[in-house]
Amino acid sequence: MTEMTDRSASTATSGGPVIDARDLRIWYGTDRGPVKAVDGVSFTLRKGEILGLVGESGCGKSTLGRGLLGLLPEGAKMDGQLRFNGEDLLALPKKQMFAKRGAELGMIFQEPLTRLNPLMRISEHFEETLKAHEKRIGKAEIERRSMEVLRLMGIPPTRFRSYPHEFSGGMRQRLMIALSLVLRPSFVVADEPTTALDVLVEAQIIRILHDLRREFDTSLLLITHNLGIIAEACDRVAVMYAGEVVEIGDARDVFAEPQHPYTRELLRSTISLASTGLNFIPGAPPDLVDPPPGCHFHPRCPDAMNVCATTHPIQREMKNGSRTQCWAADLRNGYAQDLTPEQTTPLSREEISVADEA
Amino acid sequence: MSAGSGSLPRYILQRLLLIIPMMWVLITVVFILLRVAPGDPVSAAVGGKLDEEALDQRRAALGLDRPLYVQYLEYLGNVVRLNFGETISDNRPIINIIRDNGGATLTLTLGAFLFALLIGIPLGLYAGRRRDTASDVSIRIFGVITYAAPIFWTGLLLVILVAPTGWPTFDIASPITKFEVEPVTRIILVDAMIAGNWDAVIDILQHHVLPCFTLGLLLAGVFIRLVRVNILQTLKDDYVEAARARGIAERHVIRRHAFRNALVPVITVIGLQVALTMSGAILTEKTFNWPGLGTQLVDYLTARDYAAVQGIVTFIAIVVVITSVLVDVLNAVIDPRVRY
Ligand SMILES: Nc1ncnc2c1ncn2[C@@H]1O[C@H](COP(=O)(O)OP(=O)(O)O)[C@@H](O)[C@H]1O
Ligand code: SF4
Ligand SMILES: [Mg+2]
Repeated sequence: MTEMTDRSASTATSGGPVIDARDLRIWYGTDRGPVKAVDGVSFTLRKGEILGLVGESGCGKSTLGRGLLGLLPEGAKMDGQLRFNGEDLLALPKKQMFAKRGAELGMIFQEPLTRLNPLMRISEHFEETLKAHEKRIGKAEIERRSMEVLRLMGIPPTRFRSYPHEFSGGMRQRLMIALSLVLRPSFVVADEPTTALDVLVEAQIIRILHDLRREFDTSLLLITHNLGIIAEACDRVAVMYAGEVVEIGDARDVFAEPQHPYTRELLRSTISLASTGLNFIPGAPPDLVDPPPGCHFHPRCPDAMNVCATTHPIQREMKNGSRTQCWAADLRNGYAQDLTPEQTTPLSREEISVADEA
Repeated sequence: MSAGSGSLPRYILQRLLLIIPMMWVLITVVFILLRVAPGDPVSAAVGGKLDEEALDQRRAALGLDRPLYVQYLEYLGNVVRLNFGETISDNRPIINIIRDNGGATLTLTLGAFLFALLIGIPLGLYAGRRRDTASDVSIRIFGVITYAAPIFWTGLLLVILVAPTGWPTFDIASPITKFEVEPVTRIILVDAMIAGNWDAVIDILQHHVLPCFTLGLLLAGVFIRLVRVNILQTLKDDYVEAARARGIAERHVIRRHAFRNALVPVITVIGLQVALTMSGAILTEKTFNWPGLGTQLVDYLTARDYAAVQGIVTFIAIVVVITSVLVDVLNAVIDPRVRY
């Protein structure tokens, strides 16, 4: 706890958090019923802070990231509370949301190769972006400001009028970062920005993102399924499972002493595989149309008790300062002392072991 | 990661050089097809009117008694010198037919493309934007019908629809206008403009509307489908979402990213549709009694004048090849990716 406050004190200025999300819910309408991709997520993000969001593929990370920018596809619904520098984003008219996007809220995507319009020069991308938010901006000013961020990203000014296909993957991702930073947004979502790139380029991009707070004081939500990246670049980490944040806290604390069994298993599998990002937690993530009752993780959890299969755990603050929703963690941290012995008996499950044999 | 602009001239040169082998293949095919066609050209064209000896003389005069390879080489040599030969039935140089009737075909096809783009692109874009709505479904059905309907059927239907208004149809269409116009370029619309005869210009334009519209509808069907599919694709493309994420207003995203990128393949398809347009033009000309190359071709075909058919088809083949290559080049100028 003390460490965390110390570290953020250097970067956080006055006032509240940049992002304050409470009980966010996002679901996609499908023929099978609503896919509850984000199911009651709460977190805050302070100025200049980097929050890592980690979890298996399909757990709702991208949906959450897009939802924060109001970039959800048609047919998706969102409710809960979302404040950006105190302003209620969900109540904002569409037009004002457009004005914020790009200027105050930025997004960096996974696939840099396809995110630039192949028919437009890099200069035209910058011009379009700057003009969208500053109608009266002149040619010289566009060029000056574009060059400034491009230089920061290590792109030579001579390439300003090139077409996207003339750049390598790593350079294109740096172009995308430059493009999302040219208006100095105070909050940026980076959705697996290095997954499509090779390891050397990955390290370079992560360093750039890490340096953002020094250059721009940007708050960053860094989505990844690679725990190594989180350890390297993030102040705090949120672990997502089946649409929920099951554990969130100071990155060092969570890594040193994971409270949630899913976090623990994720770390264990990552270490054993030398941070390739793949993991071998037995079983598959649940169907988000009809997730398991109680704790969504209980069919796969080695620590599962009877109570886990019936009653959803509540998110509580643990002794190390992280917030976790897990019955077993509750018991260790002095919560849920009224559970009966029957409820705390390890869950017996024939189906799972049968499935494992198969 | 090669330099961007330096490779464009090279690409254009490559494409232009490609004209030669493409042309060679095409005219060889024309030559072979006409040799394997049943019957011998001379007796087919003028048979019955002359006795056997006279026919032999005609054959010898045309060089048809020589070995095939000699004829082939001579044909190639002539084509290179833009000599398309003479008709057998009435001894007209083919080049004169092209000169006198080519203009009418040119304005017909250009007008048709104009209509096709004016109809096809907006309808295709609209249908794609309003995917699966009633208007989308109607536009798609319209596109299928215009593409599938036979030209003479569309043409006659339009004539019947338009006739009560007194709009000029095909009754006086050959030649295109009743006005006398001094031939300069032999493209009658241009000649009328040069002469400053604006009554004639208006009359000529009016006569163009129905044939151009008929042929245009056929092509519009192609464009509707193509543009609709493209816009559905580009609306899903990653750079469109990325543009939204930068706060570009939706109408700019649609116009600058989705529409523009959806239209690039249209240029390629125009290149691919030149052959379809030509065959459509022939049928349209017959339907409207239009004094173009197509009518000439059909007339000589009916007369079984193979020399005339060979000359006209060779010319049309050359036009198709050159147009396709020029469209390729245009495409490369517009889309930087094509050059690689
Ligand atoms: N447009 C959509 N329509 C319906 N379901 C979707 C859509 N996008 C994502 N989903 C579903 O929502 C869940 C979360 O997806 P996503 O946010 O992409 O996860 P992640 O980024 O963690 O891999 C997945 O089950 C996915 O199948
Ligand atoms: S609540 Fe139970 S099942 Fe869920 S993670 Fe904790 S111990 Fe495992
Ligand atoms: Mg994702």
